[in-house]
Amino acid sequence: MKALILSILLLPFSLFGNWLSFRGDAGNGSIPDKLSPNVGTTGKTSWRIDLPGRGLSSPIVAGNLVFVTASSGPKEETLHIMAFEIKKGKKAWERKFKATGRTVCHEKTCVAAPTMASDGKLVVAQFSSNDVFCLNLKGNLKWLRGLTYDYPNAANGLGMSSSPVIAGEVVIAQVENDAESFTAGLSLANGSTLWKKERPRGANWTSPAVIGNGGKQQVLLQSMKGLAVIDPKNGKDQWKYEEGASTIPSSTVAGHTILVPSNGLTALKARADGRSHTQIWRDNKLGPGTGSPTISGDMLYVVNKANVLTCAKIETGEIIWRMRLKGPMSSSPVATREHLFVFNEEGLGQVVEIGPEEGKTVASVDLGETILCTPAVSGGALFVRSDKSLWRLSE
Amino acid sequence: MKITQTPLVLLALGLTPLCILPAQEKELIDALTRIDSKGKGNAEAVQVWSAIEKLNASSIPGLLQAMNKANDLGDNWIRAAISEILSRSEKRFPQKQVLSFLENQENSGSSRKLAFEILRENKPALASSLVPNFIDDREPTLRRLAVGELLTSARGSKDTTKAAALFEKVLQKGREVDQIKEASNALEKGGRKVDLQSLMGFLPEWKTIGPFDNTGRQGFGKPYPPEQEIDLDAGYQGKNDKVKWSAFSTSDPFGMLDVNKQYGEVKEVLAYAYTTFDSDSDQVAQFRIGSKNAWKLWVNGKLLFARDEYHRGKTRVDQFVIDGALKKGSNEILVKVCQNEQTQSWTKQWEFCLRITDPTGTALHSRDTSNK
Repeated sequence: MKALILSILLLPFSLFGNWLSFRGDAGNGSIPDKLSPNVGTTGKTSWRIDLPGRGLSSPIVAGNLVFVTASSGPKEETLHIMAFEIKKGKKAWERKFKATGRTVCHEKTCVAAPTMASDGKLVVAQFSSNDVFCLNLKGNLKWLRGLTYDYPNAANGLGMSSSPVIAGEVVIAQVENDAESFTAGLSLANGSTLWKKERPRGANWTSPAVIGNGGKQQVLLQSMKGLAVIDPKNGKDQWKYEEGASTIPSSTVAGHTILVPSNGLTALKARADGRSHTQIWRDNKLGPGTGSPTISGDMLYVVNKANVLTCAKIETGEIIWRMRLKGPMSSSPVATREHLFVFNEEGLGQVVEIGPEEGKTVASVDLGETILCTPAVSGGALFVRSDKSLWRLSE
Repeated sequence: MKITQTPLVLLALGLTPLCILPAQEKELIDALTRIDSKGKGNAEAVQVWSAIEKLNASSIPGLLQAMNKANDLGDNWIRAAISEILSRSEKRFPQKQVLSFLENQENSGSSRKLAFEILRENKPALASSLVPNFIDDREPTLRRLAVGELLTSARGSKDTTKAAALFEKVLQKGREVDQIKEASNALEKGGRKVDLQSLMGFLPEWKTIGPFDNTGRQGFGKPYPPEQEIDLDAGYQGKNDKVKWSAFSTSDPFGMLDVNKQYGEVKEVLAYAYTTFDSDSDQVAQFRIGSKNAWKLWVNGKLLFARDEYHRGKTRVDQFVIDGALKKGSNEILVKVCQNEQTQSWTKQWEFCLRITDPTGTALHSRDTSNK
């Protein structure tokens, strides 16, 4: 009986799958559940709500809430963190803060560029101003930091976009730029600095990724120099790949394989000792554009600068098929086993049936607003945002 | 002056008296106002943060008062505290005290802006009626709202004379670049010549020396002779030849000093620009520099800020706002501006603009003839 009551109490959480960080829990865009290709604005449980400010951060989902950030004001100096009920889009709470770091950005991006991260109990939001906030799911502040307040030269004149990750009890905040470049490990409990690691000086818009699980987690830090794989507890290098990498699309983890946007695309396999790696393959025809590679089963998918979607085998890099999408694209695709979903900058969502021999566009949805974010997926619906709106798109 | 609660006031507001002991409230406020950079004070603040749960809306004036003492980080902690309290107070809050706090310009601009936002979210009609009063406010974000209303009226006016008068008032009262630009553009369309350089306090008259070597971006950190002494008659070894100081001025409305005009479109070089500013008093000031190149700024021999970044976006007016001070009399201002090795068309600019304002954004003007 006790177990039954507990199950009932937990029921709302079981109805919606979590999507806890940029490109999902695994950070690779793969959708673990079913998702209809016919999601759209007119679905039975679809909704759209107005947002109070700009943003290209992606939504995340924890429990029965969808979280998103925004920035508003003449200098984008007001930072918004918001939670909405998944079912109807009703605002559960909103917290507003003021930016303590620089808010100057290129017109295309904005201060609310990085995507939030959650461990299912707390949410962490980072902004281009390098303000970092940790709140519980009810919107109560746990702690905050101002990393440009701490280090006034930690900024990028074009804006910053690296999304934080949570590894165990550590928040990894990447603050990499031309002037004062570093990544910090912050205590999830109180925000204090556990470690601060000097990083290559150079603008860097990629996001870290977590590999492994439990006490064996490692974090990938990508930069123009390549990849540094660190221990999140102390920031120390575990191994390095030093053949250069992109500073826009991020690496994607597929099991023990790491797909690095480097010299096209380079596949690395971490060795069992966790201190070294092997290069499996490299293909300069698989270089992604702005979005990062996406995983579905044994296949990887990249959209290049010419908006060509390529399907290749993760294990060998063998290209299986290619097709042209309608661009231009800034967001990364997300994919179930059957379909890939991607939005172009003009707000056109394209659904591609990812067959074994070819890809075929089978559905589309036109949101009519600029979309730069990567969708979140939960409970059979896609969550997408623009500068003005947040949508739940369902069948 | 700290505003204190009386039981009568609380009852009139329908608020219950504080459930929290004054000592706990003090401990919380102390922790939040002790927050400092690099995570100092975070652990202590987290430890006492649960006291927020026991506070109700009657604590808001005290928290606003605490914001006066807090730095920007503490400000955000207190902002969160007030937000959490308001979210469970069902729009009840001590309106008169919040209004009184807003009206007292002795309070910090940030805390007064928050007081206004509390009113705007909970009493929008009242908040709206207050906006015209902000036209001379010391807090730029409040002043901006009142200037914004003038602009709205000017845009909507079919009477060109009335619209021009409103735009003129924007020029007089406005402190924000975009608002000044809009009014200036509108007036210039009607034939009025606006001297933006003077209005906004740009420094147009300089002495420059260069080019010095910046190969491999190494010159940024290299202290060439102008960083050791300012001798306008001296000559030094430059990147290629001997270099000496020469006069250089700009007529650009926004004070942009295009260094390429002085030395040609050369790469991997740097130059120094020097000027003086005759201040009528000892005063705090903001040095507002814009540059897409790497730069350093010294005032009276003290390095105020340095930025080692090239061509990440365009040069913008007020791109960097740096707090500093002017002494009464002549002040020496030295800018080092660097050009890197990139060859793309969008990397050819070698430029900066600089203006000086008081903390409210009001332009300061030199008493001497060059940079008035």
